[in-house]
Amino acid sequence: MASASTAEPTRRDMLYIATGAAAAVGAGALAWPLINQMNPDASTLALASTEVDVASIPEGGILTVKWRGKPVFVRHRTKKEIDEAQQVKAADLPDPQTDQDRVKQSTISGAAHPEWLVVVGVCTHLGCVPLGHQGDFDGWFCPCHGSVYDTSGRIRSGPAPRNLDVPTYAFTAATKLQIG
Amino acid sequence: MSGPSTYVPSSAIGRWFESRLPIMGLMHGSFVAYPVPRNLNYFWTFGGILSFMLGAQIITGIILAMHYTPHVDYAFGSVEHIMRDVNWGWFIRYTHANGASMFFVAVYIHMLRGLYYGSYKAPREVLWILGVIIYLLMMATGFMGYVLPWGQMSFWGATVITNLFSAIPLVGDAITTWLWGGYSVDNPTLNRFFSLHYLLPFMIAGVVILHVWALHVVGQNNPAGVEVKNIERDTLPFTPYATVKDAFGLVCFLIFYAWFIFYAPNYLGHADNYIEANPLVTPSHIVPEWYYLPFYAILRAIPSKLGGVVAMFGAIVILAFLPWLDTSRVKSAKFRPVYRVFFWAFVLACVGLGYLGSQPPEGGFVIAARLLTIYYFGFFLVIMPLLGLFETPKPVPASIADAVLAKNGAAAQAHS
Repeated sequence: MASASTAEPTRRDMLYIATGAAAAVGAGALAWPLINQMNPDASTLALASTEVDVASIPEGGILTVKWRGKPVFVRHRTKKEIDEAQQVKAADLPDPQTDQDRVKQSTISGAAHPEWLVVVGVCTHLGCVPLGHQGDFDGWFCPCHGSVYDTSGRIRSGPAPRNLDVPTYAFTAATKLQIG
Repeated sequence: MSGPSTYVPSSAIGRWFESRLPIMGLMHGSFVAYPVPRNLNYFWTFGGILSFMLGAQIITGIILAMHYTPHVDYAFGSVEHIMRDVNWGWFIRYTHANGASMFFVAVYIHMLRGLYYGSYKAPREVLWILGVIIYLLMMATGFMGYVLPWGQMSFWGATVITNLFSAIPLVGDAITTWLWGGYSVDNPTLNRFFSLHYLLPFMIAGVVILHVWALHVVGQNNPAGVEVKNIERDTLPFTPYATVKDAFGLVCFLIFYAWFIFYAPNYLGHADNYIEANPLVTPSHIVPEWYYLPFYAILRAIPSKLGGVVAMFGAIVILAFLPWLDTSRVKSAKFRPVYRVFFWAFVLACVGLGYLGSQPPEGGFVIAARLLTIYYFGFFLVIMPLLGLFETPKPVPASIADAVLAKNGAAAQAHS
């Protein structure tokens, strides 16, 4: 490599740099499609919303609806359950949130409807489906690792880090609920 | 360790081929003339047993893939079809399912052998780390294989394990969605797991070749933990000595394996996996396959989601650092009286964690799991580094030949 010690860049140095740069950009551009193909495909995204008639749910009842492959709980809460959820001081909770913030539609009006609680039925710990009307707060209890949720779906004890997620939803009519 | 090949093919065709592709000479040098320490015990037969198990899993797996359908609507039914309709399908599936368990039985004995006799110490660090990589690949393969029958444990095991990645700060949820190819474990997940479950065994085979290569560069460790000093006195040729010992060990192991296949084919599985996956109902008690239970216990022992995940993966990754955590100059636990006690306590801790991993995470079980988790990490991070400084090892034999003669010398004298 006699040329390595010369101060003047040679045409081969130019070729090295140009080829190397093209290869790096090319490898990056090629890697993205190969990685991104594993993200949700168009047909999965197309199933992003679902409609339910909630008229059939009696007071105190929970309807489980399948949305995006996972359960969503629609809970018709009793007066007692609503009171319990509202009386808790949000600041005392592991994931502070008031009940009022969890029972409003995701539309612009954001009208509250305390009798309806809509939450994704997936424990925020490791994804099991919690059981309704169980646990110390009569909300949900996760049988896998013992997380306890209250009647607002908020985490009260156990390893789960967050409250049950509230999906995007809106009442399109008095008893017509659109999730997603 | 093996010198230049002395292999000379006997036939003219053999010599013609050897001068063009010396593969027979490579095989001869690796598995016939290769010198093995003359004091190896039966714990050294598990490398061969593991190679056999990898082959058995690949062959039975390829056959199962001919009859299996990786689709959420058909997967469970196709497995039942294999069990009931396919000729000998029940036999091939039970061989494959129990084969995974036997593979892990063998690998745990193999790993504990290394831990007891100090096989990870210089100059075998790279050999050991390649082994840890094989173990990680085995765990990934076993996990994805368990998802394929699409039973309740398949589905919920997959849900819990993939959700582990959601504990990663900031990008966790994006990674989990990417792994699933959707918003929950569903058809795209099953499909890609099938693809990867087919791929990974061949990656394992590749790393096994590196593992054997590294082994044949530095030579085998042995129960005395002293290196070969004189090839003539300390070693024997691989064939017939190690070949027949490996073969005998393998046959005994296969009897054990066959007993499970024919007499208790579902003992190591879980009854809930004969219920088809239902995304809306979680089984009351989710447990992984037995070979993951100690790590599952560690996961649940930590009262924080991210902390639990870090501890669980840390419990495996820490093995790769073993060569530098152990400060003792003596390899074999035979000559380390104090380490030996801690070693057996470690084995008991692992078994205990395995038991706790199968129990519900409540009350005393959680406390016990925490204590054993502390010992698990303490063994590697505190006991191993300090013991090398404080322990007084027993005198180590001067050579492998001396170790053999000290044990059998009197008998050998009497016979001569």
